[in-house]
Amino acid sequence: MPWTRRHLLTLEELSLEEIEQIHATAVAFKRTLSRSVRKVPALRGKTIVNLFLEPSTRTRMAFDMAAKRLSADVISLDGASSSTTKGETLRDTAENIEALQADMIVIRHAAAGSPLYLSRILGIPVINAGDGAHEHPTQGLLDTFTMREHLGSLRNRKVVILGDILFSRVARSNIHALTKMGAAVTLVGPSTLVPDWFTAMGVKVSHDLKSALADAEVVMLLRIQHERQAAGLFPSLGEYTSMFGLNKTRASWLNPKAIIMHPGPINRGVEIDSELADGDRSVILEQVTNGIAVRMAVLYLCAGGQPEAVTAQGDEGARSS
Amino acid sequence: MPSLWIKRARIIDPATKRDGVGDLYVRDGRIVDSLPAAARKRAKVIDGEGLVACPGLVDVHVHFREPGQTHKETIGTGSRAAAAGGFTTVVCMPNTSPVADNAGTIQLIKDVVARDAVVRVLPTGCITVGMKGQALAPIGSLRRAGVVAITDDGDCVQSNDLMRRAVEYARMFDLPVMDHCQDHSMTQGAVMNEGVMSTRLGLRGWPNAAEDLIVARNVILSEYTGAHIHCQHISSKFSVDVIRRAKQRGARISAEATPHHIALTDESLATYDTNFKMNPPLRTEADRLALIEGLRDGTLDIIATDHAPHTDYEKDKEFDYAPNGILGLETALPVTLDVLVRRSRFKLPYVIDLMTRRPAQLIKLPGGTLADGADADICLFDPDETWRYDAKAGFSKSSNSPWSGQTLRGRVKTTIVGGRIVFDQGRIIER
Repeated sequence: MPWTRRHLLTLEELSLEEIEQIHATAVAFKRTLSRSVRKVPALRGKTIVNLFLEPSTRTRMAFDMAAKRLSADVISLDGASSSTTKGETLRDTAENIEALQADMIVIRHAAAGSPLYLSRILGIPVINAGDGAHEHPTQGLLDTFTMREHLGSLRNRKVVILGDILFSRVARSNIHALTKMGAAVTLVGPSTLVPDWFTAMGVKVSHDLKSALADAEVVMLLRIQHERQAAGLFPSLGEYTSMFGLNKTRASWLNPKAIIMHPGPINRGVEIDSELADGDRSVILEQVTNGIAVRMAVLYLCAGGQPEAVTAQGDEGARSS
Repeated sequence: MPSLWIKRARIIDPATKRDGVGDLYVRDGRIVDSLPAAARKRAKVIDGEGLVACPGLVDVHVHFREPGQTHKETIGTGSRAAAAGGFTTVVCMPNTSPVADNAGTIQLIKDVVARDAVVRVLPTGCITVGMKGQALAPIGSLRRAGVVAITDDGDCVQSNDLMRRAVEYARMFDLPVMDHCQDHSMTQGAVMNEGVMSTRLGLRGWPNAAEDLIVARNVILSEYTGAHIHCQHISSKFSVDVIRRAKQRGARISAEATPHHIALTDESLATYDTNFKMNPPLRTEADRLALIEGLRDGTLDIIATDHAPHTDYEKDKEFDYAPNGILGLETALPVTLDVLVRRSRFKLPYVIDLMTRRPAQLIKLPGGTLADGADADICLFDPDETWRYDAKAGFSKSSNSPWSGQTLRGRVKTTIVGGRIVFDQGRIIER
């Protein structure tokens, strides 16, 4: 099937085939990253604007890196330096960016739904780099890409997402991708941060860490924010760590070959023991590297490129071979 | 002012239990049983064939934004939207700029109404000074200045003690206290109903429990003090049940439902369209159905629109940042007819009662009837005409309606206020 999407707004709206096409294309781009000349000319002459109206390190650098590897010109704007601080509306900011003849806009915004809003205003592709607590589609794509590298097919694989799910766009994008790919997803954390509403998205909700982690093949940790404690959602970071922090004992409940993931930034000693974050089951830095290839694929496809063919081999990873 | 002779309309007047095809006469601004032969000859004849003639609609909950926010709406434009929607009496909320917490502001509003309005526009005053929930506003002076109710509108009084004193004090004047039921401590940053949809969309949820708590509080205070409390725009199933049981005990509690809460649910928010953002938010299908049942059994007393204009540029924003509220006056009748009469099998006279006599009684107005001698406030509508509503082409100054561009069934043809035709065949008839 040819690629027809111009925007990447959510993973909820992507089909399984589209997710696999992005992954197949990312596999090809990942190969180019290990060459001596890591640049490809795919987007030469195109200008991509990274409009980051909320703080970001990894995502912004990875989008920047991906665009440069594709030979695009990149301009990055952040909230502090943009006119939005002078009261300019998002519509006006975006229309100005389009008038400056940008070819594509990558947006990070604190308000859920703002990439969809922009996509209706602008004639250029809009890529969601995280909108409020809604979605972070490229993170979901790179996480599932990383899982597939380790596990092969994700069908019936037991995946645990642990932490502040309620406010997490990473969790939502992963839930959509993982359920489409057939994984068995369990969300775990304090009941205030993991409400039962999530079961409507086709996942299980649990507040019992031991039974949830038992034989899980992936555990994805999410950052616990101090602000949630201030809002009365849980008593203290200490209590959180004592009940839900991932430590050596708890990691031993996992499947022996399980991988440990985290989208960053990590709070060492809060949601994860420092040793585990650096341990051999941790794929946290692989996620970051894969983020470049996946974002190259997304930028390339939404700019009008065509995907690599999806092969059955894509479902056979290191584990099953 | 010529006499009017409305011929062969289906005349529905819930107050006199009249429902039948016949003629209706107006002379010197009043409904009369018949016209003398000489007056008949000179009367302006309105062909009522195929139309319903009912008392002019009454809406006890509108925002006309004047003084202070006239970029959104004015008493002039808002009253024209009311006329176009078949409304002959509307009650304005006091959240203007400045807020209507003193007799001087009420007088200003009354002066503008006398100058600019084409329908009857009645003011409300604040419960507390500055609508800040700290100290009682001069409720007696507001009463003397002409308010028909007091309310702190969206800034629901949070202190139970202050609310108790407010309703106790207002009882002395038999002045209704209208309350927007919201426990603010539970709705910080909330922009839509809390539930499956807010979880999916990543938007901050406004739990129905925050409404239920204040509705229950109001029931308790009403029963404790004997004062009348009117709960505005009920949105939650649980609240309907609380009110139903309170009424069974004889509590002086009343409540309204809006056309949008009985027509729509939070599923409509899937595209983050800010024309579906209001407070209280659209809730679930179970809530929607409970509101309809509440209207059916009388738990909810009336329909009110919460007509809340905002400009395009205010609404054209990220969902989190757009203001709450939608237009209501020009779509209320067709939307309510569709939901209650066609889809829920309510009798038409009962629905008209919900929009005429009952709201008039709530604010102790003599109107809401076509009885002999009553003020000639009349709405003539075609219950079956389908038409495309374009909010931009409407009479409100704003166009923030979820129904814009949609085909609606049921259309107001003529609106008469005090015997004067103010709206006819899509046009406002200026004085």
